[in-house]
Amino acid sequence: MKKSSAKKRAPTKTSRSDFYQLRLYIAGHTPNSMAAIANLKKICEEKLQGKYRIEVVDLLEKPQLAKGDQIIAIPTLVRRLPPPVRKIIGNLSKTESVIVGLDLQPAR
Amino acid sequence: MPRTKSKVVRSSLAKAPTGIQGLDEVTGGGLPKGRVTLLCGSAGCGKSLLAMEFLVHGAVQYGEPGVCMDFEETEQKLAANVASLGFDLRELSKSKKLLVDYVSVERHEIAETGEYNLEGLFIRLGHAVKAIKAKRVVLDSIEALFSGLRDDTILRSELRRLFQWLEEHKLTAVVTGEAGEQTLTRHGLEEYIADCVIALDHRVTEQISTRRLRIVKYRGTSHGTDEYPFLIDREGISVVPITSLTLAHKVSTDRISTGIPVLDEMMEGKGFFRGSSVLVSGTAGTGKSSLAANFTGAACARGEDCLYFAFEESPSQILRNMRSVGIDLEPWVKRGLLHFHAMRPTSIGLEGHLAAIHKMIEKLRPRVVVIDPITNLVSPAGTYDVKSMLMRLVDFLKVEQITSMFTNLTFAGDPQARTAAAVSSLMDTWIVLRDSKPGGRSRRELYVLKSRGMAHSREPRELIVSDRGIELGGVLTDYSSAPTAAGLSKVVASE
Repeated sequence: MKKSSAKKRAPTKTSRSDFYQLRLYIAGHTPNSMAAIANLKKICEEKLQGKYRIEVVDLLEKPQLAKGDQIIAIPTLVRRLPPPVRKIIGNLSKTESVIVGLDLQPAR
Repeated sequence: MPRTKSKVVRSSLAKAPTGIQGLDEVTGGGLPKGRVTLLCGSAGCGKSLLAMEFLVHGAVQYGEPGVCMDFEETEQKLAANVASLGFDLRELSKSKKLLVDYVSVERHEIAETGEYNLEGLFIRLGHAVKAIKAKRVVLDSIEALFSGLRDDTILRSELRRLFQWLEEHKLTAVVTGEAGEQTLTRHGLEEYIADCVIALDHRVTEQISTRRLRIVKYRGTSHGTDEYPFLIDREGISVVPITSLTLAHKVSTDRISTGIPVLDEMMEGKGFFRGSSVLVSGTAGTGKSSLAANFTGAACARGEDCLYFAFEESPSQILRNMRSVGIDLEPWVKRGLLHFHAMRPTSIGLEGHLAAIHKMIEKLRPRVVVIDPITNLVSPAGTYDVKSMLMRLVDFLKVEQITSMFTNLTFAGDPQARTAAAVSSLMDTWIVLRDSKPGGRSRRELYVLKSRGMAHSREPRELIVSDRGIELGGVLTDYSSAPTAAGLSKVVASE
């Protein structure tokens, strides 16, 4: 997976209500960060196939972005879409908590 | 504090001055430089204000930019708070002297899904510190993290790491913490902070509030364990400093007029020593305030700045009353020589009053100070050792060569009440006023009970207060009970 640079804005108007725009904040390639990326990818593939976009922000490279989403903990995953914004922290190893935290609908 | 290059100073702990009146004296120069200081106390005790002052003064006065990570208030709210102290936060951040980062921690919006650390916080802090080359950091109040994050173990190890990080980066930091029930802070932050812990307290007893500051711990610095009263007013915090209680101040041989020629005459023809303290005691209506006002007027006429603390009457009332006895102080007020400062004795605690007096004197630097009356300040009801505080005040006045006059109300039948006796040992001169009725005619009498360092008259004279001002008559020979200094001095035998 490629690290995308943090985009300013998500295409809100064109996106459907079940489209997931996710942003994962990490700080360097630590085991927790790597685990979070892998765990997130796996969950999304299972639950949101084709309906998601993951953006990884490395705060070591872009520390100024930490303030915007009020990041304290690393890793933090922010669900930017659909609204409301949700925030979950940790390496996403507890799949059930991730599903609840992101309010993922069961795959149809 | 000016830094000298002497070896002695260099070997001692480096300090970062807070710029808060009194606090730097109490801490021997400020907070430990490059270390973390914990500031704890209950809600509303002034923690955040003190922390912010440390930061703002650092940026403005000491060329040390500062970062505030605020976990409670937004940048806007904080800007408003700081503005009330006369500082423009926006201007300070524009000129890169100060940076505020509001950190919002809300539990309901954070779900935890596995291991994490607080690297995000570190990165934010590091980024902010780098952006303005900060030397000072405030974390207010970091305990908010405990309510936002569930994993106590992670949090504690991260806090330890954070404090280490601050020290590694040689930042002088202030961390605030809410007072706990059994512990200094609710979450035991004191466990992590080894260098300096300061506790603030705000007590209300009998509807009178007093604020106190105590240095719980300060590694490498000798510090008083006393509780120091402090004030919060429009200019922020000021702590009553502990001036040296050594009696090493220079004494003046310079003399100043009492304002009454005959009274000057009674004191070797020259009046009070400059920088001495004068107690004027007497029962109600014997003319204590008139004497003080007259003294004040004479000082103003010499072109000296006077500060008059009024505890019973408003300035306008004093001016009116004094005009009726031929003492017109108004021109001196208009010319900016005479400053009145009126306070209700009950509005703040005794310590608070002394703190306020201290502060005003520091600010105006007058040559003459009048406290009218001191009665309320020395009432034995004070739990704190008011006398020692008064001693500090008198000592401070002497060091500054400020001549002070204190009036004290005594009660009939007990002209040398205990309160007066407690205070009198601090006073260089003691003038007693009283009523008497020899042969049915009522009159006021004045005599000098003591006056250190001079051969003064001990004979009572009639004090005449009329619309022409204050005058002293001839020596009285028909006074009822002889006011022998020996007899009266029994009360002050402890002197």
